[in-house]
Amino acid sequence: MLARIWALVIKEFLALMRDKKSRFVLIGPPIIQLLVFGYAATYDLNHIPYAVYNQDSGFASRQLLGEFQGSTAFKQVATIENEGQIAPLINNEKALLVLNIGPHFTRDLLMHHPAPLQVIINGRNSNTATLALNYVNTVLMHFDVRWAQEHHWGRPPAQLVVRSWFNPNLLSRWFIVPGIVALLVLVVTLLVTGLSVAREREQGTFDQLLVTPMRPVEILLGKAIPGFVIGALEGLFIVLVAVFWFQVPFVGSILALVLGLALFLLAAVGIGLMISSLSVTQQQGLLGVFIFLVPAIILSGFATPIANMPEVVQYLTYLNPMRYFLVIVRGVFLEGDNIPMLWPQYWPLAIIALCSMAAAAWLFRHRMQ
Amino acid sequence: MNLQRLRGLIRKEFIQILRDPSAIAIAFVLPVFLLFLFGYGVSLDARHIPIAVVVDQPTAETSAFVGGLEHSPYFTPEIYGSLHQAREAVMDRKADGIVWLRADFSRQVIQGKTAPIGVLVNGVDANNARIMEGYMQGVWQNWLQQRALNAGKPLIIPINAEPRIWFNPALRSRDFLVPGLIAVIMTLIGALLTALVVAREWERGTMEALMATPVTMAEILLGKLIPYFIMGMGGLLLSVALAVWLFAVPLVGSFWVLLLCSALFLLAALGMGLLISSAARNQFVAGQIAIIVTFLPAFILSGFIFDIQSMPAPIRLVTHIVAARYFVSILQTVFLVGDVWSIILWNSLALLLMALFFLGVTWRRSRKRLD
Repeated sequence: MLARIWALVIKEFLALMRDKKSRFVLIGPPIIQLLVFGYAATYDLNHIPYAVYNQDSGFASRQLLGEFQGSTAFKQVATIENEGQIAPLINNEKALLVLNIGPHFTRDLLMHHPAPLQVIINGRNSNTATLALNYVNTVLMHFDVRWAQEHHWGRPPAQLVVRSWFNPNLLSRWFIVPGIVALLVLVVTLLVTGLSVAREREQGTFDQLLVTPMRPVEILLGKAIPGFVIGALEGLFIVLVAVFWFQVPFVGSILALVLGLALFLLAAVGIGLMISSLSVTQQQGLLGVFIFLVPAIILSGFATPIANMPEVVQYLTYLNPMRYFLVIVRGVFLEGDNIPMLWPQYWPLAIIALCSMAAAAWLFRHRMQ
Repeated sequence: MNLQRLRGLIRKEFIQILRDPSAIAIAFVLPVFLLFLFGYGVSLDARHIPIAVVVDQPTAETSAFVGGLEHSPYFTPEIYGSLHQAREAVMDRKADGIVWLRADFSRQVIQGKTAPIGVLVNGVDANNARIMEGYMQGVWQNWLQQRALNAGKPLIIPINAEPRIWFNPALRSRDFLVPGLIAVIMTLIGALLTALVVAREWERGTMEALMATPVTMAEILLGKLIPYFIMGMGGLLLSVALAVWLFAVPLVGSFWVLLLCSALFLLAALGMGLLISSAARNQFVAGQIAIIVTFLPAFILSGFIFDIQSMPAPIRLVTHIVAARYFVSILQTVFLVGDVWSIILWNSLALLLMALFFLGVTWRRSRKRLD
């Protein structure tokens, strides 16, 4: 039995690696994407383009604008003279925000009146708008504290002292790059498994395989092992890049990550084979891969938190293997999780892996044209 | 170019489409399914963030602050007896952060000192943590305002920021996510429809049969392009209808501009699919390439979720080869802002160039040759 499985595994590897294009597709793009996405996927804002409409001629507004100019998060792109110039800047996306300082800004402040500051923000992307506003508020708070001290406004009765665990500078790269590990492992596994049975069905070689003495379990193992091996190798490589290139801290147990990766790969391979054996043509297989892949990524918590989803959709995410693996990767990388702490993530992954593998094996024989 | 031959080829393609219903599913079922799922599922609007509250010594001062947290729509505070217990709750992911009012909070407030309000957030999801910090500042400012009002004293925050968020004053993330999703979905549809069709002909040997007929390569490619263009536009109209009527995203700009830009984008997406297909000549490899070059780049590099302006300069350059980038910009502008010509024209030009490039390269590569 082992010899038969081994022979099938070798045949599968040959089918994948024989073609130069196919070989490249499995190795080149994931590495390129890792580097590009690792830098691209961040919520942190840099050089926020802003314009200034300063109607005040006093020193307070100059001091305030100095704070913005000194901050690396902001980049001034225009100084405007009248209100009519605001709309074109925002509409054409030349500036993300416009600071509109009223004519009595300095006078108000010197008379101990709160001075209004209008902040006009391009709300096309509401998340970017919210974040930009937070950055503005941080600068304003800095100014407020200094101004209150220097001009005897009295001290506030209480002050927020914010500290964050696991990611003290709130770099969103630390959150996203471990997510990319999960993302690319899933994509690579589906690349290997998602079309493999469909191709054999379309070419008629799968029927030949079924009339050999091989049992469905053996065929399943023969089809699953290449996906597992390639996924595992690339997954571990991506982890290394995340740690040594992107400098994401890795504080948890390596064993916990390896166990999670293995279970996640089993689940992904099982789902890929299930999709593949459900389809009669490769076109259907490709459609199946996307119908699984796209929701699996969007509803995983990779880019948008699961907690923000409606309750029904939150229940749906329990079927998504990527949801669990993301908790594992991020937990191990940033929070220092070990195996017992991640137990609630491991067992659902194991169940998904078992069910999808069993379904794939059953479909091998029962789905005929 | 012979119109009759072309018509024949188009008819043949439609018959093939009807035979394997997966193409129809791609054009009409996929967009509905994905828009439903994401329109409802994806949101960046945090509400009811669970937060652990630790009050070392409850007094009137502390309950005023905790009351502010309770009234905020953004937080669901829960009182914990000790900092240790609260820390456990964060570790178990039951709470996203802790607010800690120390024992001498009231004394310091009354004596006119500045009492620290300890805020500890779980920073793993940095974006969420930052948004939470902003909401917390809001709660704190409200509390200051309320105190000043009650005491009849002037507010001691010098600057009174008045944010005006244009185009989306309520900051509904759905309003920008749904138009962006249309771009992602159309990228998938465009590539899925055409990525395999030429490769299939090569793989099954029917391409050689076609070559033996008088049809030209341009006719073969147009015969592939036109049917899937019609289906893709159908899928697009369906998506726009869902966005406007089901998800109530305002369509401020004109429908015809949207339609025209979408046609350009679809040509680019279909062209990319055809190029993949005729370059790979093998459905398996074509399918793999389609998976790699469509969804993730359109999702991450298009500005749909992640702000392109904030990416490092080399990566910003890379985003220029992603057609979805231009379409996302057009969609967000036409839906939320209106017909801003400087944005629409430049991005349409880019889409046109990409469509011409993909179709031109496909045409040049597809000579009538057997090798």
